[in-house]
Amino acid sequence: MEEGRTVKRSAEIVVGLLAFILMLTAGYAIFYYAPMERVMREVQKIFYIHVGTAWNAFLAFFLVFLASIIYLRTRDRRWDNLAGASAEIGVLFTTLVLVTGPIWGSSAWGTWWTWEPRLTTALVLWLIYLGYLAIRAAVPEPQRRGMLAAVFGIIGFADVPIVYFSIVLWGSKLHPQVIGPGGGGMDPRMLVTLIITVFAFTALLIYLLFKRLAVEEITQEVAAIKDDLRSQLDAI
Amino acid sequence: MSYMLAAYIVVWIGIFLYVMSIGRRQVRLQAEVRELKELAARRKR
Repeated sequence: MEEGRTVKRSAEIVVGLLAFILMLTAGYAIFYYAPMERVMREVQKIFYIHVGTAWNAFLAFFLVFLASIIYLRTRDRRWDNLAGASAEIGVLFTTLVLVTGPIWGSSAWGTWWTWEPRLTTALVLWLIYLGYLAIRAAVPEPQRRGMLAAVFGIIGFADVPIVYFSIVLWGSKLHPQVIGPGGGGMDPRMLVTLIITVFAFTALLIYLLFKRLAVEEITQEVAAIKDDLRSQLDAI
Repeated sequence: MSYMLAAYIVVWIGIFLYVMSIGRRQVRLQAEVRELKELAARRKR
């Protein structure tokens, strides 16, 4: 057990260092390498962290989806722990998306919020996973909590493709498609900067997962010791 | 410039607060584990 913890701690340090280096590189690329957009000027640079956090929120929710399916098949608590940790970080990233979006929108569109498809579905996504975390907090019994959360985590993921394709499905003038088929394209330096930023946030996501899972492990250790003490007292 | 700075500050404060909250939870739980282990050891004696 101790050896496993040492390996995890070493991996956490390596990923943490990688995230730190990638974040510094992303910062340099955003402020010194990527060209200034002609119309929005420096406000457009919000795009890199906005998209970086959005993609990784999707990745975190995909991990919830995947871990939930595996948990329902195996009933191995480690998968439930991964789903819970991933959902928490996904909610953090979605919160950052929902905060940076209106800051950008206020300058670029002249309004903090509008009920257009991408914004609305993203808000719904945030509420779905807040609900997921509320379920986890409300059910004390681990098996029941794991089951309920897994079902919710699988169904809730349906909103992720809806958020992504909302601009295609319902059309949006405010969120133009930049990447992919029909996209307007972007300067290659902007694309490189975006890729570095997305990877930097992915490394940060993995680092935060390590940290959050370590907390979950100690929480279960505390519960196990308490159970042990309780059974000792009952035996008296 | 202020909008861009505001967005970056918000992101970094958000991440910093989350890392701090995980760290605090970890320290509190580790202290609880130590305390419980001591209690269990005393009971065995």
